[in-house]
Amino acid sequence: MRADGTFIAVEVEDAAAGDTELARRLAEACPVDIFLASDSGVALVDGNLDECVLCRLCLDAAGARGAGSPVKIIKLYDDGALLD
Amino acid sequence: MRFFEFEAREVVRRAGIPVTDYGFTTDPAEAKAIAERIGGPTVIKSQVLTGGRMKAGGVKFADTPGEAEAHAAEILELEINGHMPRGVLVDPRAEVEQEYYAGVVWDGTRKQPVMIFSPVGGIDIEQVAEEQPDKVGRRHFSNILPLSDFQAKEVIASTGVTGSDLNRLVPIVLRLARLFVENDMVLAEINPLGRLADGSFVALDAHMDIENEARGRHKKLLADLGVGEEETRQAREATPFELAGEEVDAQDHRGVAGNVTEFDGDLGLVIGAGGGSLTLFDAVRAHGGRPANYCEIGGNPSVAKACGLAKLVLSKPGVDKIAVMMSIVSNTRVDIVARGVIKACLELGLDPAEKIAIFRIPGAWEEEGFKILERYGVDYADRSVSLNEAARRAVEKIQGAPAR
Repeated sequence: MRADGTFIAVEVEDAAAGDTELARRLAEACPVDIFLASDSGVALVDGNLDECVLCRLCLDAAGARGAGSPVKIIKLYDDGALLD
Repeated sequence: MRFFEFEAREVVRRAGIPVTDYGFTTDPAEAKAIAERIGGPTVIKSQVLTGGRMKAGGVKFADTPGEAEAHAAEILELEINGHMPRGVLVDPRAEVEQEYYAGVVWDGTRKQPVMIFSPVGGIDIEQVAEEQPDKVGRRHFSNILPLSDFQAKEVIASTGVTGSDLNRLVPIVLRLARLFVENDMVLAEINPLGRLADGSFVALDAHMDIENEARGRHKKLLADLGVGEEETRQAREATPFELAGEEVDAQDHRGVAGNVTEFDGDLGLVIGAGGGSLTLFDAVRAHGGRPANYCEIGGNPSVAKACGLAKLVLSKPGVDKIAVMMSIVSNTRVDIVARGVIKACLELGLDPAEKIAIFRIPGAWEEEGFKILERYGVDYADRSVSLNEAARRAVEKIQGAPAR
């Protein structure tokens, strides 16, 4: 799943999106409420995408950074560079 | 936050400074009763937060209680400079031998209160200072260390007051200085301070202004005086534009993006951080610019708040461009503010490169911020460009001259 804001896009690998435990960790870690935990896994809050403060807490919660992470923070203003 | 005269008089009375046997009312019949209690000629004074009461007919003299009632009825209906009175003050007409001035003002440059005294009262102290400078005594004092009798005595004596008058005035000036400090005031003024035939002194009028940010520390006093929390007591009512600014700031707890004041210029300002707003506003004016607003942004507001503020300013009729500028170096994240102001342009269907005259916020996360600005072609400046220079460039852009 992927959601795009004006400046930030967030991508969660489909295989990980249904992981309720990952969803809980992401929702707990994100200081600007981009992630929601639901019974079906991860949900993204479109209205908060551009509030991303690039803190990397979601990447840490997902257990990996960069291309290997199930969660990707994409800087749309920087030619799609990944936060790692 | 300014006090009405009847409130200021109460503050003076509580501080132990003699006041006349006045009464405050909103009812003409009660004004008559107060005048009857006083038992002599009275003055009926409109309670408005504006000057020029006398000239506007807001101060009238009454010889009888019936006259006091009639004057009160008139004054309660009288609008002065756009202000309706809160009520009327019914005051005895004191037989005054001489009018003095005693005041304490916050000196923002020295960051200290300054005690001011003059044996020439009843007129503006500025006029006395200009026409009879030797009749105005001044002295700064600490708002932390205790104030001594000697300090007050020195100020009063410097204006030529001696003997019994000097001795009687010292405690009054001291109490005024103490009430100023204890109540976090920026102005505490008794004018006139009247000397009666028996040599005693009495406060005949008082003006007071408490630091707005200190209201929370004086809830009891404000409650005692009946000042509602919703009362801003500003010089004029907030405009819809300013109220909208408050709403933007109230969106969430993060940072500040508000405190908007409306002006009628064409250059919208999104300015702030560590006192930067005032400096930048002044800099824009110094370069001949016409600000459309004043505001404050800082302390890491959310993107939504920065966006909301920028949208508000951009939507103001007459605004051609906005200048986004902050203090020398800011702790507020550059990238977050950049996202906010660019998003505002985009959501309004405007070109950020065209509408943002200059973006000068150096500081936290500036590299990321500059990437965003470059992406949208916004003219930005780093910390090597002074606030003054940034303001100049913004003004030049809006005036159509080529920016250097």
